[in-house]
Amino acid sequence: MRKAAIEAVGALADRDERVVFIGSDLGPGVLDSMRTRHPERFFMEGVAEQHVVGMAAGLATEGFRPYVNTIATFLTRRCYEQVAIDLCIQDLPVVLLASGGGAVYAPLGPTHLAVEDLAILRALPNMTVVAPCDADEMRRLMDLTLDWPHPMYIRFAKGGDPVVSRPELGFEIGRAIEMEQGSDGLIVSTGVATQVALAAAAELRTEGISCSVLHVHTVKPLDAQVIVDRAASCGRVVVVEEHVVAGGLGSAVLEALADADALGGTSVRRIGIPDRFADKYGSQRDLMEHWGITSGAVASAMRSLTGEGGHRVR
Amino acid sequence: MTQLDERSKYLRRLVVSALDGGRRGHLGSSLSMVEVLRVLFDDVMQYRPTEPNWEGRDRFILSKGHGCLTLYALLADKGFFPTEELQSFCHRDSRLGGHPERGKVPGVEATTGALGHGFPLAVGVAAALRIKGSSSRVFVMVGDGEMNEGSNWEAAMSAGKHRLSNLVLLVDYNKLQSYGPTSVVMDLEPLADKLTSFGMAVREVDGHDVGALRSVLGALPVDPARPTAVICHTVKGRGVPFAEGNPEWHHKSNLSDQELAMIREHLV
Repeated sequence: MRKAAIEAVGALADRDERVVFIGSDLGPGVLDSMRTRHPERFFMEGVAEQHVVGMAAGLATEGFRPYVNTIATFLTRRCYEQVAIDLCIQDLPVVLLASGGGAVYAPLGPTHLAVEDLAILRALPNMTVVAPCDADEMRRLMDLTLDWPHPMYIRFAKGGDPVVSRPELGFEIGRAIEMEQGSDGLIVSTGVATQVALAAAAELRTEGISCSVLHVHTVKPLDAQVIVDRAASCGRVVVVEEHVVAGGLGSAVLEALADADALGGTSVRRIGIPDRFADKYGSQRDLMEHWGITSGAVASAMRSLTGEGGHRVR
Repeated sequence: MTQLDERSKYLRRLVVSALDGGRRGHLGSSLSMVEVLRVLFDDVMQYRPTEPNWEGRDRFILSKGHGCLTLYALLADKGFFPTEELQSFCHRDSRLGGHPERGKVPGVEATTGALGHGFPLAVGVAAALRIKGSSSRVFVMVGDGEMNEGSNWEAAMSAGKHRLSNLVLLVDYNKLQSYGPTSVVMDLEPLADKLTSFGMAVREVDGHDVGALRSVLGALPVDPARPTAVICHTVKGRGVPFAEGNPEWHHKSNLSDQELAMIREHLV
């Protein structure tokens, strides 16, 4: 996913001279092809995220389209005020490419996890927040970033993630994709948690429980209407995300339902990271299991909504 | 100390008309920078008040956004907007807030207020102008207290690395920050050596001496291969004796008619 996005920046730079790339001390050789072809538009700055975001803003005020890449948590927590003031208040079209969203850097510990990024970014007016589910979807998104007129945060997953997106379902920033259709429940997810959602839906289907899976790649602006419509039609919603439960997609879904007066008669369960810093290492999968962000947990939550023992209520 | 001439007093009266309109403002921080901005706008920078986004303009970024009273005074004086509008300072529907906002105020190049933002942004603008092959320059003014923010030093490293000779850092070195003297709160010295060591060509000047400012700012860049830093030695509150060097006048709110009259007495 990261590779797809970074390569896309190089291709965008070839076709549009407004494209500039700023990295914050990335690994050796990143985007060498762009550096060779367009050295004047390739910047490898130091470990200086506050400066990097401000610099990107300055380039954007002059009409350039900066793409900034570094590790997700450093691109959010470290320079939150720069993102808020330099990018969002001034509504500048800078794309933040955030490597290692969620628990990707599990072995490196809680300093390196970006698990509240969606919450803090979506709190900012003018910001667009997107978490694609795989490399193919990332490519479809990257093609659209060039003409997006606002700051955008794009969360990367680990890389090499199974491809579950389907080109025939299309891709539009701000429009959720219904990956599975069902009538008994709705599973809402973003990023690679959509793979968890799909696995849960498959598991439930074998038990005769049919669920819709709504992949909300764009957490902001939220496709509230489709969420409300699907939730209202089945009355049972499970949201799963690789993110703290406070303020993330689950919160956004609850807000949408509350704002539409659609909470009455609709039960919602949120599956995400509990309110504590990571206290284990291991792999991304290890941490997800530790936190209970699994297809089994999603299926279990949906069963609990559909009736005792997993029996369908209708 | 250099005497203030009529133009310097006139610009200060514009500052005070905005201060009066809002009954508040960072007076001390604004009065220390009047002559630097005066020389920039009168003698140094290229710009078109009726066409504020003219591509050929030099860019001025006020990183110490709290000094906006003086920026507004200069912009009004030059015709970016009517001088009468100064009296709307901080009013609910005014364009002129307590910190300047890009897109609201003609001539304001960046939204600033929180400190440490303007210099990195200016590096981006300077890099952009270089890519475009533009001969325009970027002037960014920071406060001395503002230089406590680490982001400025990140930007200084980058400006030096990229040898942005189209970038001019102006330090309003009035030696006083909110709590007290910069030498006590967070000493910047040796400031010139620090900036030099970051790759900048440094000049120091009396920031109230119009002639000296003209000669320094009229001969830029100092080095065609390095960004310039001009350390402007100034006096906080300059021109209003009871505010000079007085941290109580860093920011004032609920200003009374009597206080405003006392200020004006010194600017006739």
